[in-house]
Amino acid sequence: MSTLHDFALRMGDSTLILGHRVSEWCGHAPVLEEDIALANTALDLIGQTQLWLGLAAEEEGTGKTADDLAFLRDAWDFRNALLTELPNGDFGRTLMRQYLFDQWHLLMLQALQNSSEKRVSDIADKAVKEVSYHVERSRDTVIGLGDGTPESHKRMQDALDYLYPYVGELFTPDAVDAAATEAGIAPDLASLRAAYDAAVSETMAEATLSIPDSRFAHKGGRTGKMHTEHLGHILTQMQWLQRAYPGASW
Amino acid sequence: MSKEWPLWEIFIRGQHGLSHRHVGSLHAPDAEMAIKNARDVYTRRNEGQSIWVVEAAHITASSPSDKGPLYEPSESKVYRHPTFFDIPEDVGAM
Repeated sequence: MSTLHDFALRMGDSTLILGHRVSEWCGHAPVLEEDIALANTALDLIGQTQLWLGLAAEEEGTGKTADDLAFLRDAWDFRNALLTELPNGDFGRTLMRQYLFDQWHLLMLQALQNSSEKRVSDIADKAVKEVSYHVERSRDTVIGLGDGTPESHKRMQDALDYLYPYVGELFTPDAVDAAATEAGIAPDLASLRAAYDAAVSETMAEATLSIPDSRFAHKGGRTGKMHTEHLGHILTQMQWLQRAYPGASW
Repeated sequence: MSKEWPLWEIFIRGQHGLSHRHVGSLHAPDAEMAIKNARDVYTRRNEGQSIWVVEAAHITASSPSDKGPLYEPSESKVYRHPTFFDIPEDVGAM
């Protein structure tokens, strides 16, 4: 498989799995306004998935579609970051996960707008507008809840402590990432960390939350080496229709 | 103090040149979030160019029981409608 294929798969799997996770809130959010906002975010991410997985399928060149990649692969073939597959937890944790991802996503897409590969920069140009809004929204909510009541503050601090060890993976390149950087397709992941840290520190300071000292990072999602036990459960929900009724369409 | 978020009235301008129109209301903790919520609730299908939000408590409304004194006096004054003028063809729609 080409480097471009591997890279597109990693981007698409992260947006797919996070999009699916966020969609689990549909009809369950604490207020109607947040329910619709989360559904919009999920739909944006699924829309971006169609582009990324469409590109991966095109590069694969075996006639597969984005749908085939989304619905007919098993857990070990997924290349999403671990952060995206973690359970929603409470509303606060969902928004904390969203912010930690959005902030990375925005920096990544901004860098990808300068990709040497036109199909990549085209996707980035479209997605960056959606994601600029995602980060604005999740950031405001993290600040509102972090600097809110004692209860909401505690829940947000717990969420940050739980999720932070999954942030490092987003900035840890492997051979595939190095090849993508070499080819000018994607930025060096590690080079995004300084801007990320600056933005996250500012947000957490405003939210009166403390970022954990440890930089320990769970890894293995983007390389496919080892996912958490949660991914398989997501797939049973996400893929059951195509598994039970192969080829079903509407 | 109530734990409910305040109610906001949402006005959206669909196109340049038109006025903002009331489209509905929603709850939000502050004005900034009200704009974001309005964006998510009322502009999903590309309806908007500009959003105004006003906290509902700040709107003073006329009372339905004042209907008589407020509106009836104008019912009998047909001369206030500018229908008695001949408008030249080339003026177009007014």
